[in-house]
Formats: sequence, structure tokens, C-alpha cells
Amino acid sequence: MALDLKGAAIALHRFGFGPKAGATTGSIAAVAADPMGAILADLDVPNAGLITDPKLQSSGAENRAVYENNAAQLAQNKLERKRKEMAQAMAAAGSENAMEQTAQDKSSDAAKDAKPDAPPNPAQTKPVPLPRQIFLDEARARINTAVNCEIGFVERLVWFWSNHFCVSFDSTVMAGAYEREAIRPHVLGRFADMLQAAEAHPAMLLYLDNAMSIGPSSVAGINRDRGLNENLAREIMELHTLGVRTVYTQADVTNFARVITGWTILPTVDNPDHGGEFVFNKRLHEPGPQTLVGKTYADTGVEQGRSVLADLAHHPATARHVATKLARHFVADDPPAVLVERLTQRFLDTDGDLKEMAKTLVSAPEAWPDGQTKIKRPGEWLVAMRRAAGRRNPNIEGMIRQQALLGEPLWRPPAPKGFSDDSAAWYDGLTVRLESANAFAQAVAGDVEPKDVVDVALGPLAAEETRLTVARAESKVQALTLLVMAPEFQRR
Amino acid sequence: MRPQTSSLHASTRRELLLGSGVLFAWAFVPRLARAEGRDPRFLTIVLRGALDGLAAVAPVSDPDWIKLRGDSALRLDGKLPALPLDGFFALNPAMPNVHKLYQEGHATIVHAAASPYRERSHFDGQDVLESGLARPGAADTGWLNRALGGLEPSPDAVVRGRKVFAVGPVTPLLVRGKAPVLSWSPPRLPPVTEETTMRLLDLYRHTDPTLAQVLEERLGLAAIAKAGGIADKKPNDNAPGIQGGGIEQVRAYFAEAAGTAAKFLAAPDGPRVGALAFDGWDTHVNEGAVNGRLANLLGALDGAIAAIKTNMGDAWSETVVALVTEFGRTARINGNEGTDHGTATVALLAGGALKGGRVIADWPGLKEADLYEKRDLKPTTDLRAVLKGVLHDHLRVDERALAADVFPGSESVTPMAGLLA
Repeated sequence: MALDLKGAAIALHRFGFGPKAGATTGSIAAVAADPMGAILADLDVPNAGLITDPKLQSSGAENRAVYENNAAQLAQNKLERKRKEMAQAMAAAGSENAMEQTAQDKSSDAAKDAKPDAPPNPAQTKPVPLPRQIFLDEARARINTAVNCEIGFVERLVWFWSNHFCVSFDSTVMAGAYEREAIRPHVLGRFADMLQAAEAHPAMLLYLDNAMSIGPSSVAGINRDRGLNENLAREIMELHTLGVRTVYTQADVTNFARVITGWTILPTVDNPDHGGEFVFNKRLHEPGPQTLVGKTYADTGVEQGRSVLADLAHHPATARHVATKLARHFVADDPPAVLVERLTQRFLDTDGDLKEMAKTLVSAPEAWPDGQTKIKRPGEWLVAMRRAAGRRNPNIEGMIRQQALLGEPLWRPPAPKGFSDDSAAWYDGLTVRLESANAFAQAVAGDVEPKDVVDVALGPLAAEETRLTVARAESKVQALTLLVMAPEFQRR
Repeated sequence: MRPQTSSLHASTRRELLLGSGVLFAWAFVPRLARAEGRDPRFLTIVLRGALDGLAAVAPVSDPDWIKLRGDSALRLDGKLPALPLDGFFALNPAMPNVHKLYQEGHATIVHAAASPYRERSHFDGQDVLESGLARPGAADTGWLNRALGGLEPSPDAVVRGRKVFAVGPVTPLLVRGKAPVLSWSPPRLPPVTEETTMRLLDLYRHTDPTLAQVLEERLGLAAIAKAGGIADKKPNDNAPGIQGGGIEQVRAYFAEAAGTAAKFLAAPDGPRVGALAFDGWDTHVNEGAVNGRLANLLGALDGAIAAIKTNMGDAWSETVVALVTEFGRTARINGNEGTDHGTATVALLAGGALKGGRVIADWPGLKEADLYEKRDLKPTTDLRAVLKGVLHDHLRVDERALAADVFPGSESVTPMAGLLA
């Protein structure tokens, strides 16, 4: 078969995380014989999409660790305050003991200050707060996977679905674990399963407030005089399944909210072994049947909500919504109608099989327009740079910082809708990207030849102007900056 | 406190260096120099992008000078008059500190100098300049690093005693090599230069109109923000600013990087040999030698040299700073009010250890027949002679090592004598 080097380069940028230096299958040359076949083959890599990192705990364990940590801290603070108050009280009473105590305190502080080599290093004197540590560990696992995987199509799908069913670290420390538990296992499975896993996950129940939603006529509702929170029910229908302004009404939202009352998490305060895990609490659940989107659901407890989700997952509106988003993410801001139609049909034909959806997307001729269409999202771009330059162990904190500066803070979406997939949303960050590119170039210029990076990252995709611009740069730093800013590297 | 390894993570390194009140017990000393009761410091600054030597130090009395450069020519009677040096040459008016040093005998200018490289590629030119070899791509070590080998040839020398000190996020080839390198990065990154931004815009204009338009708009906004005094907000010291490239940022970076290098070199038990690099000298378009972009950059460099002198304190009297660039630029102005890649240029030496106040030049002249390939200032001084002279007289690097190891194949290039006081 004739080699299609340019098609190979486009394929790796569009469907993967960009060509990788030192790759076995993730290089332009390796996929040139059959770019489409190579992307499809990525779907069959064993364990693709999964992260196995023994350092990472379950979402519940992370949640409990933070809770216990906070509780212990609180106790510690309380003790110290008490001791101080007591010392003051005794000093006021003229007690010799208290004087000694205070003097001792002072001398130990003074000893600390006088320690000659104590570096004012916040990392050493102040341990990283546990939630931050958990965030960094989760982020490291995610970023390293993207930087080091071969083609990365499955990983790109993980990022897509994680953004579709987004949660925020600002709401819960479990946001990273959520992606591992609710998204990754189903990324090549069924949409219905991912939906069930996502909506019942403690991180989602906290993020969209369902953990505190109470059926007004439930036992707890009556006793506590509290009620519904519609947030999760609405976003499930508007964002996760049917799509905005489709087949549901406000009444459907309210009734759905009633259905999923009782979907909450075990409080950690009196569940040291299972706190933070999902629980269906019948005491909070609105009793009785509910009707929504034209169907009545008997009160079967937690199964009532599961049944609604199952139906939403198979609804034609959901198929169209998901198909449109998938095509928009990978192909074009305004995806070709025929492609959306094909994906919608495939969704309905396969019971929402996401692997089949991915295959259909990649096999569609509409997904292979000649030029590059979309601008890379900041996170994708930062990963692509490191892959092109052969950085296998990137500076995670640096990348997180850059990604936030570029408007896409990791696991902190601005709203439940997630980060935008419209190219226009990302153009404004172009000059910030330039700063970011410069920072990256400063870090790697000592280790790589700009020309090699052009060959790895773009190959024949590089326009003559781009090659010349890189070759004529006044320094390696400038050359690498311009290279990763070049349209062929910005776009996919 | 001494780091056990030179490959520490950058931020850790920074914290170590800034955090520990005590610097490292540097065993490295130029031993022969020490035996003479001296404690010399040597800092090399690489100016990447090819500095226009004629714009930095102009031959104002050369009869062909004004003809050659026209309105872009520095002159003693210009609106911004050049600063007189020796009657024949004059210094760019953006460099009053260097001018003062010159008058005090603490600055020397070598003109019409060049490395052995005779092509015009930046990367290859920098490679030759920093490797010390005659050809590009031939080495992955730098002459400054190898010079340390010349200082302490004994194989049982204490390893930690041979550290070279590098400033900046990228360790220059100049200091890479067997002798361990310790590097320090200023908390702020070198800003994206205006030159880089303009090149990117040019690339976008040729290849991607959408991105070109976006970048133009953003740059326009940045200019308005600047004019309106809207400050650059830096989320934290480690993060790049939102808008970059302003000359104030360049000034701040140059002064901070150079000033910090001086602090380390000045410390009684600090390193004695260091290097850093400043980018941005590739002035193809609107060079602005008198009051534009190049003048701004030279001003920032002048500030950096002033910061070195200040922070060196008493050690200034034992200091030599060498400022070198990969090659010069065309003698004539090009079609874009800039200059293209050329050959010979200036090397600037500054420091209290110098017998300065001199411009050293075997002036080749500026008539067309005098120019190298009828376009560039002709090289008449081998830059290696200057560097060998400094390394020999200042650090007492052995002359044989200079010819064999530091600048291999340079036996015929005699170290320039008499540079030091």
C-alpha cells in the first residue's frame, strides 16, 4: 500500500494526542501505510482507557482520607487553642508553672528559627495539603497516560466523555477518581452503563447537588421540612442525554428530580469504612409513581431512577445529541449532517455501543477532510508538545498550571456543560499559548533539535513556510516556540 | 548545605540556592591564579541571534560609514548622539553604563571579530561559538566546561570542585560537558520576544488567516492595555504573564539573570565560572539601532552589565565578563530597515580586572571591496584569540590545553595578550 504520510500526520493529530517521539505505533511513519486502520486498531489495544496505578485509591477511600485528615487537624487546632488559653489563664493568676511553660514554648520556637540551614522551602516546612496531593496524584496518572500512550485515540475518547459527564474538583476531592471509576471502564462499552455509573457516582451527586435533594413527601422531607433539588435531574436531561430544548418539559425535570431523591452518599462522620460511597436512602426518597417524557415509572426505590436512566440512554434525542457532540469534538465545529446522521443511526442500532460509535466515526469519509479543521484544546496541545519532544516524564504541576492559564483548568469546568468544543472559544487564548510555548521551549531547547521535532510532529504536514520559519529562527528556543505555535500544530 | 547532585529538579534547585543562606563550599578555584593571590571570576554571556556589531559600536569616523547605513547610522552629531570611545568608534547611546566602564578602564571592545564559522545559520553558528570547535555539530560539550578540565587536570580532583554555573532555564552548550554544571533559573521566564511574535504573525499571515487575525487583534489589545497602564497580571512567579514581550519585561529578565549570576560569583565560596544567554538579537526588520528595538535591547543589556557590577561588589576588581554572539550582520541595511545574517561583529569585555578603555580592532574598512563577500564586515580578529587570552591571563588555563582541548585545532590562533590589567 502506498504510504500516506500526510494523512498519517493528520490522523494522529485529529484522533490521537499527536505523533510521539520514539513511538512504536504512534509515529507518522508507523501509521502511514493505513492511517484509518491504525486509529481503529487503537480501539483493540488491551486495557485501553484504563489506568492501573496502585497509588490511587477508590473515590470513597480518598474522600474518607480527607475527612479524617480534616477532623484530626481540627482536633489538633482545638488542643493548641485550649493549651494557649490555659497558659494565659495561669499566667494571669501568677503561676510560676505557666511562666515556665511559656518560656519553654518560646525557646523551642527560637531554636527553630535559629536553625541555620533551614531553607524557607514551603514544600518542606508545609506538607502539601491532602486534597492537593490527591489531585496531583490523579492528574499525574492522567497526564502521563496521555503523554506516553502510543496513538491515544481511546484516551482522547476518555477525555471527551469525561468532559461530557464533567464534575469539578471544587465540589469534591473525588473528581479524579470519578473519571477512573465512572468513565474509563465504559469508554468502549455502552452509553447506558456509563450514564448509570456517572449519575450514581458520589462525585456527580455532590457536584450537581443531588446528595442533598430530599423528596418533600418522604419521611425526611416531612420531618426536616426540606425538599427537592432539581439540578442533577435537569442536567442529566439537558446535557448528558436528551439535549436542551428537545423532548422534555419543566414538569419532566421536576418529576425526574423526585425519582432520584434518595440517591445520596453515606456521611463519613458515622461511616468510617464506607463514608462517601453511594447509598440509596429510602428515607429521603419521594414515594409514589412519577411520569416523565410520556412514561410512568412505579416507585421501585433505587430502580425507579435506574429505569428512567435506562430509557433516557436509548432515546433517539440522546442518540442525536451524543452523535453531534462526538462529531463536533473530532471533526468540525459544524459537523457534516450526514456524519451526525450516520452516528445517530449507529447509536440506535447498537444500543449505544460506544466502541461501535468510535469505529463509525473513524471509518466515515466525512471525518477525513483534507486539511486540519479544529484548534486543539489547551490540554491536548500541552500533551502533544511533550510527545513531540520526547518528554516522557513531564512536569505535572507545570502542565496543570499552564492548562489553567490557557482557560481549561483540569477537572474544574466552568459549568456542568464542560469545556467548549467550539474552536472560537479557544482563539482568544492564542497569546497565552505563545507564553506557554515559550516556557516549554525554554525547558526542552537544551535536549532536542527543532528540525527533529518538526519531522516527528508534522512530517510532510509542515508547510514550507513553517519549515523555513523554524529553520531560520534565531535560537532553538525561538524555533521550538514557533513550531508548536504553527497552525499545523495548533490545529487537528 | 550542598546539593549532592547537579541534576536536581529546577524548582528544588532554585529553592536550595535561594533558600540556603550559605552557598556551596566550592573547592574549584583557578589554582594558579590563587597561587598568585588572586580569586578571578569569569562570566560569559552569549547573545543569541547575531548582534549587529556595527550598530552597537559604530565606526563613526570611517568615511564610508554614513554612506553604508544612511539614516540608520549612529553618529556623534545625531539626534541621539553616539557615545565617543576612541575617536574612531562610538558606542550606542543606549549603553551609558558600559560607556562609563569604558572611561574607567573597565570595558574593552574587540571589533571585526568572528568565530571560525563562515556560514550564516544561527544554530550552526551558535554551535561553533559555544562548542569551541571549528565546525558545527561536532561536539556536545562547550569550551567553558572543557576549560575547567584545563584548570584541574589531576584525575583525583574533587568532583564538586569543578562546577560551572549556568543561569537560565536552558543550559547553554557552552557550559555542558564532563565538569558538573549547576544551574539556576530566574523565577521569571525570559519573555516571548517581540521578534518571535512578529515571526509568528508572519507565519500565520502566510498559512492561516484566521489565526493571523486573532493574533493581530490580541496584540492590538495588548498595546492598548500597555498604553492605558493596565498592568500585566502574573498569577504567580512561576507562571508566564498574560501578555509578553514588553521591553520592560526583557529589561527585568536581563537584569535579574545577570545580577543573580554576579551574586553567586561574588560569594566568597561561590562558583567562579558561569554562563548565561540572552536571545533576541536577530534584527531582520526595523532594527531600530538608534532608538528602536535594538536600542531597547542594548539598553537592557547595559542594565544587566550595571547589575553585574553592583552585585559583584568588591569582587568586580577580579571580574571579567565576556559578551559574545554567533556572528554579525550585513554591513548594509536591507529592504526592511533591518540587517541580515553577516560575519564579523563585536565582542565586549567588561570587568574590573581588565586593562580596558580600548577598542581593539584591525579595522578592515567598509568599502565594498573591503567587505567579506561584498556584504559583511570582514573578520580580522579570531574570537578564539580573545577568549584564549582571557582564559589564559585571567584564569591561568594552560596554553596547551587551550589549543588542544578548549579550542581544538586552534594552535595557530595566538591568545591575545595584554587584555588584563
